[in-house]
Amino acid sequence: MQPTDIHDPDYFHKVVDCQWACPAHTPVPEYIRLIADGRYADAFMINWKSNVFPGILGRTCDRPCEPACRRGRVEDEPVAICRLKRVAADFKGDVSDRMPPRPTTRNGKKIALIGAGPASLTVARDLAPLGYELVIYDGDTRAGGMIRSQIPKFRLPEEVIDEEVGYITAMGPEMRLGQRVDSLKGVLDEGYDAVFVGTGAPRGRDLPIPGREEGAANIHIGIDWLSSVSFGHIAKIGKRVIVLGGGNTAMDCCRSARRLGGDDVKVIVRSGFEEMKASPWEKEDAMGEDIPILNMLVPIAFIHEDGKLVGMTFDKVRAEYDARGRRNLVSTGEEPQFHGCDDVLVAVGQENAFPWIERDIGMTFDDRWDMPVVDETTFQSTLKNVFFGGDAAFGPKNIIWAVAHGHQAAISIHKFCQGEDVAVRPPPGVTVVSQKMGIHEWSYDNNVSLDLRFKVPHRDKFAALSDIKAEVELGFDLKLAFNEAQRCLNCDVQTVFDDKLCIECDACVDICPVDSISFTANGEEADLRTRLSAPATNQTQSIYVSQGLKTGRVMAKDEDVCLHCGLCAERCPTGAWDMQRFLIDVAQAESACCSK
Amino acid sequence: MTFIPKPKLHHPDLQKNALGYTRRDYEGPVSTLCAGCGHDSISAAIVKACFELDIEPHRVAKMSGIGCSSKTPTYFLGASHGFNSVHGRMPSVATGANLANKDLIYLGVSGDGDSASIGIGQFAHAMRRGVNMVYIVENNGVYGLTKGQFSATSDKGAKSKRGVVNSDEAIDLVGLALQLGATFVARSFSGDKTQLVPLIEAALQHKGIAFIDCISPCVAFNNHEGSTKSFDYVREHNEALNSLDVISGREEITVDYEPGTMEMVTQHDGSVLALRKLHTSYDVNDRVAALTYMQERAAAGEIVTGLLYVDPNPRDLHAHLDTVETPLNALNDDALVPGARALERINAGLR
Ligand SMILES: Cc1cc2nc3c(=O)[nH]c(=O)nc-3n(C[C@H](O)[C@H](O)[C@H](O)COP(=O)(O)OP(=O)(O)OC[C@H]3O[C@@H](n4cnc5c(N)ncnc54)[C@H](O)[C@@H]3O)c2cc1C
Ligand SMILES: Cc1ncc(C[n+]2csc(CCOP(=O)(O)OP(=O)(O)O)c2C)c(N)n1
Ligand code: SF4
Ligand code: SF4
Ligand code: SF4
Ligand SMILES: [Mg+2]
Repeated sequence: MQPTDIHDPDYFHKVVDCQWACPAHTPVPEYIRLIADGRYADAFMINWKSNVFPGILGRTCDRPCEPACRRGRVEDEPVAICRLKRVAADFKGDVSDRMPPRPTTRNGKKIALIGAGPASLTVARDLAPLGYELVIYDGDTRAGGMIRSQIPKFRLPEEVIDEEVGYITAMGPEMRLGQRVDSLKGVLDEGYDAVFVGTGAPRGRDLPIPGREEGAANIHIGIDWLSSVSFGHIAKIGKRVIVLGGGNTAMDCCRSARRLGGDDVKVIVRSGFEEMKASPWEKEDAMGEDIPILNMLVPIAFIHEDGKLVGMTFDKVRAEYDARGRRNLVSTGEEPQFHGCDDVLVAVGQENAFPWIERDIGMTFDDRWDMPVVDETTFQSTLKNVFFGGDAAFGPKNIIWAVAHGHQAAISIHKFCQGEDVAVRPPPGVTVVSQKMGIHEWSYDNNVSLDLRFKVPHRDKFAALSDIKAEVELGFDLKLAFNEAQRCLNCDVQTVFDDKLCIECDACVDICPVDSISFTANGEEADLRTRLSAPATNQTQSIYVSQGLKTGRVMAKDEDVCLHCGLCAERCPTGAWDMQRFLIDVAQAESACCSK
Repeated sequence: MTFIPKPKLHHPDLQKNALGYTRRDYEGPVSTLCAGCGHDSISAAIVKACFELDIEPHRVAKMSGIGCSSKTPTYFLGASHGFNSVHGRMPSVATGANLANKDLIYLGVSGDGDSASIGIGQFAHAMRRGVNMVYIVENNGVYGLTKGQFSATSDKGAKSKRGVVNSDEAIDLVGLALQLGATFVARSFSGDKTQLVPLIEAALQHKGIAFIDCISPCVAFNNHEGSTKSFDYVREHNEALNSLDVISGREEITVDYEPGTMEMVTQHDGSVLALRKLHTSYDVNDRVAALTYMQERAAAGEIVTGLLYVDPNPRDLHAHLDTVETPLNALNDDALVPGARALERINAGLR
């Protein structure tokens, strides 16, 4: 293998598994250390810079960082990264004076943002301090998008939304709430320098099977029903409720129904339990509220008597896989199952809809999905001054992706308005600092905690089910937070090797608790991976290879399960290993332009 | 010295041996030796060898004297028995222990000061008696623990860290062991575990005195230019005679090398040492030839390493003394106190 180029910012960034996996590249270990240090406001601000909604995401994020977390590869469970984010938000105190001040001068450019969800709000947050005049439109009367309209309050209290959306509205964008845009052409005609479309994926899929029309009064589209609940238009549901669908929307529907009068609520899903789209913790929470999940049942019909819905019939299926491994659901041939109910919530998917974008204004839509063609890096549409992001860009995802899109779109809009090439992306800022304090003293806590993941305390079940606004999770207290924070392995404190200092004494090989380090003859990667102290089978993780050493061998380190304990550096007699904190600051709009 | 304990977390694919232990189960607490000390590598090699041989930790007695080297038994086999004797007295304590309970595996760890200076007499008698044990001298050419004075194995002409030249002749422990009748003699280097681990395994399986002179650089006091026990010097002058595979009775022998380059030495317990010869004419069963060869190569400035001599039919102290099958410490009163009548018979025979 070629010697590793550790100066390529991606190399060490990839070692920080969580940060690499986070769409917004939040510096996770950095904020976790700050929490352990009791510096909650600092931890909050690091999050706020990267992901804009720490308190919201600390309760609701899909957390792609957690399955990526290295800790999950050396013991049972990853660090509770998401819930630690909430700790930063819960205990930060007043941070209003740390927010960027309203700019005193404008830069003369005017941007329209359609939709006030997390994508648009992120664009606004990034562009407002640069002097842009921003106008945000939303059909809803309150800002926040689906964060406000869909996510139930027992998972995300209103005050948290108000606070974090408030930091952005306080930066001075003009909020045109309650104003649905019904013509993009109309907006363009108002002379904006650029337009950002962050309108989400607002249409819930229906289930057109027999009885749908007859039972209509008691059949509700999940996301429409949830937003009516959120905005207080619905406060009751029947005692027996069937929720159709296996995603997170279905989980929010069933749990909301339990709180609005549903005693006998069940989720019925076409697929098997494992294949359900809902996150494992959402399923767990639903089942914990006495909601059974019935699998492998395909809806046949809504059954009605005297013009009123009385239940549904289902065909029991099993999964069969064809030669190409594709799954088909095949009827078992059993009698159809009947499940009685008073109401049905249909949560079988979400779609984009752009009836308000004229097809004759020069914007290309793809033929297959009738979606605007959007560049995956720049988020620019074929109409050069119109940008997309969030669920509107490539279909429904989640909040953190909407934020990540928003940052990238803000960079593009800024460059576009300054006359720069949007395709040229700004590089990240990288700082690497040795953590050495004394002979065997580091400025991070290198002792590896052996604690297993701590559980977030929950509200008493009876109290939780009797008030739809009562938040179920109570959050970590400071002691739990500290102990959970200590589980973080500090993967951003990198092992940096200097081949000129190494005397090949093997001390690092001998001390390494996880057999990461080897000194061996170089070779092709596939071969080298088999010859290390422990075979390096995780192909997604890099091998750090040095220049040739005195004996002709190389140092080869498998990054996979390194605990970042620093023992290699402590036991090295020559300082050939050093522990260096690697901070990568992924570029945002403020540093995007040469001319600013 | 390192302040934190080595984390208990280990590689997810860490293997278990026949006893269900991982290699990590054979470790001890974190070493307090200087970072980079060769002795720590030898500890790691011992850990690996015991793991691979499926040795039950409680069947091992770690014996040592005084010195950095003699401290190391604390840092491996944390679940084994151990005895730190006074300086240079490890061999006699080990001999006594072995006499009392011949069923344990005795692993003696000593230093060049401990064995070649103050303990040279003890060393000699352990060799000639053939105490069934592994005797490793972690040889760094200095008294590490007392801050780096030349030891008796330091080569004549070698320079100390301060530039002082050693004017005394060196004691060659390998030569002494061969002369004194040791039945397994090897030399190795802490910086070459590929060679060292199988040697320790073979020594552990040898039923007799198995001596390993293991050069082990002292990074604090003897790893400079002018030293003949530094990493660089040993690597430059190392001449490996052979490389060893230890094949336990159960495994099939499938080593496949050019004819004449492979030698199988079947040991007393049925295990086989597969020796890949690097010097084809060398015979590991010829004590006299070994002595001559070692002296020749030493004169040529080479440090010969590998398995130098092995007696395939070793006899140990207990065989020499013709002791009973049962370990002495397990004999009950009936066996130990023959009674008045037996005494009378003996007395009568002497009248
Ligand atoms: C029930 C449910 C639960 C969810 N739970 C989570 C969760 O726990 N965690 C998570 O990460 N994600 C969750 N999501 C997904 C998440 O809410 C979305 O991915 C995210 O909000 C998308 O952000 P966005 O900015 O792209 O659009 P949205 O949040 O959808 O915001 C779009 C806004 O645009 C407005 N709008 C649309 N069309 C127009 C128009 N023509 N004119 C003016 N305004 C318009 C809408 O009113 C809306 O306010 C959930 C989604 C649902 C449905
Ligand atoms: C009877 C006695 N004499 C002297 C000493 C002082 N002393 C301690 S260790 C040591 C030498 C150890 O050298 P070596 O065996 O080579 O061990 P190393 O530290 O080099 O591994 C000496 C002389 C002592 N502890 N006891
Ligand atoms: S920091 Fe060094 S010693 Fe610790 S796990 Fe990583 S490579 Fe091994
Ligand atoms: S401990 Fe240091 S000098 Fe020794 S092998 Fe490792 S990197 Fe090289
Ligand atoms: S003084 Fe020398 S022998 Fe003793 S621990 Fe340090 S390096 Fe090892
Ligand atoms: Mg010594």
